[in-house]
Amino acid sequence: MALEKITQIAGRGVHVPGNDIDTDRIIPARFMKCVTFDGLGEFLFYDVRKNSDGTDKPHPLNDPRFKGATILLTGANFGCGSSREHAPQAIQKYGIRAIIAENFAEIFFGNCTTLGIPCATASREDIARIAAAVEANPATEVVIDVARQEVRFGGRTVKADFRETARDALVNGRWDAIGELLDGLPAAKAMTVKLPYLAA
Amino acid sequence: MPKSLFQKVWDAHTVRTLANGQTQLLIGTHLIHEVTSPQAFGMVRDLGLKVAMPHRTFATVDHIIPTDERVEPYRDPLAQAMMDELRKNCRDFGITFFDRASGKQGIVHIVGPEQGITQPGTTIACGDSHTSTHGAFGAIAFGIGTSQVRDVLATQTMALGALKVRRINVTGKLRPGVYAKDVILHIIRTLGVNGGTGFAYEYAGEVFDRFTMEERMTVCNMSIEGGARVGYVNPDETTFAYLKDRPYSPKGAAWDTAVANWKSFASEPGCRYDDVVNLRAEDIAPTVTWGINPGQGISITENIPDPATTKAVDEKASIEEALAYMKLKPGAPIKGTKIDVAFLGSCTNGRLSDFQEVAKFIKGRHVAPGVKAIAVPGSQGVGMICAELGIDKIFRDAGFEWRDAGCSMCLAMNPDKLIGDQLCASSSNRNFKGRQGSTTGRTLLMSPLMVAAAAVTGAVADAREVFSVKN
Repeated sequence: MALEKITQIAGRGVHVPGNDIDTDRIIPARFMKCVTFDGLGEFLFYDVRKNSDGTDKPHPLNDPRFKGATILLTGANFGCGSSREHAPQAIQKYGIRAIIAENFAEIFFGNCTTLGIPCATASREDIARIAAAVEANPATEVVIDVARQEVRFGGRTVKADFRETARDALVNGRWDAIGELLDGLPAAKAMTVKLPYLAA
Repeated sequence: MPKSLFQKVWDAHTVRTLANGQTQLLIGTHLIHEVTSPQAFGMVRDLGLKVAMPHRTFATVDHIIPTDERVEPYRDPLAQAMMDELRKNCRDFGITFFDRASGKQGIVHIVGPEQGITQPGTTIACGDSHTSTHGAFGAIAFGIGTSQVRDVLATQTMALGALKVRRINVTGKLRPGVYAKDVILHIIRTLGVNGGTGFAYEYAGEVFDRFTMEERMTVCNMSIEGGARVGYVNPDETTFAYLKDRPYSPKGAAWDTAVANWKSFASEPGCRYDDVVNLRAEDIAPTVTWGINPGQGISITENIPDPATTKAVDEKASIEEALAYMKLKPGAPIKGTKIDVAFLGSCTNGRLSDFQEVAKFIKGRHVAPGVKAIAVPGSQGVGMICAELGIDKIFRDAGFEWRDAGCSMCLAMNPDKLIGDQLCASSSNRNFKGRQGSTTGRTLLMSPLMVAAAAVTGAVADAREVFSVKN
């Protein structure tokens, strides 16, 4: 399977501050009553973004200044909780193409990488600098350079970490592993003879 | 060199190293449910693929299932659609489905062990973060996303990076009225909600040696709430005794071979751990959460934290955010906080022993006026044994609603939901904002007996006092 080589993502940023933002908050469970991922984008952060009557609450994603932003800036332990891929799916379908956080929850990080969403880890201070630049001028172009492991914005450059296995997968266009896994299927089947519990 | 269980199971299931350095890992057992599998089957079809080893995938329905409605079609057409989709996918691909008519339906993490599908030395994956539960048997069990469900369906493998291993020893003896749930809430409180990121937790020490399988499952279940994707306990005689004569357990001569094989996976003395944490059982008290993540817990005798006296900036901000949502008073005792709902169930605490333990104490007591109390067995099997033992009647007589098996109000994808800002004493695993089905609903996590104490008194209470739990 030929996949896009994701070496860098450039776009405008939006800062959703906070630590321990869980996947229930990213996509509340009631929106998972579906058999496809279609249309999940509109429910991203729904309960913190919308009142019960559907009108907007004050939230960075509702702020017209940040409309069209494609890079999400946030805090520590982003995506904790449920393994629901509905969370990164909602993020991607909303139009977010990359995330910068202090760190990510394990399962969420893997789910994002498989969908080709780079997850950049940066220091709190650097995220605050990017957020300040975006706040001062929402048109600031933020460039996430996966290949060079850095983020550039407003003439400045800060370090970012992508975890080596994810960085490699993104820049070489192998972030969705299914093709490689299928290549290994005969070897996997051959192993079952050594593992009695797998007998048919 | 001596090896840990994690390393041995990992090595035994390694197919090869992928180009990016991750491992292609054979997943021996795949468990699926209705919420995270339909899109995966859709992807398998779109790619023109087959299910590689249909006999190693087992399905049940748990998240959306109504617990007070047995006849289909369900009132919620979306729930019915998900039910129909799972049935169709299992039929099309030849997968065993523990449907309601089988009498074996229930929460996926209760059904696997109950059926003897969950075995030591195996790899398990399921599109649900609480898959770590199965680690109680000495399996390495991963919660995965839907694309990985696709990967496991199509190849019985997935791409993973190895985890570090942290051994958590809990030594000594738990005090009366302190349960497995308190142990894991204490661990998460101590190590933090992301303290386990990048780690598998190996739980050990006298407390775990003495624990039943159900207690071990309660602890392993919530590993992910501490950031650890995997949690496990080394297999021992308790494990083997539990598995003996289960429907999917090996039989006859194969049993003895299997036990010998299972034993060989246990961590060896002297093996290297990336980290070791030692905790004392005597330091653990009945624990209750006051905030919006499972690490925000205190003992029942402590007061709710006060941001005004908290120095660390992060902690101060998270306490403020949590208390604003929870509408709780900083510095006040948690004991005495009025509750509206009591929920007993979930993959954390919906097993037979959870209901048995509570039943011992609530006989002759009654749920306080104005409190809605529901008890939801984790599987039809648990429900049936409770009925045989008269436990369901004890709960009903005490004023609990006794329901059919499912995830229910743990995440409220079915009709069981909080209303408005109701406060719920809950034996479940997550207290996130809006988790129990109302965008302003509030959750306090605690052990089943603490839920019962809150139910009968109408407020958060020390179960040891309410039920005279003897020292």
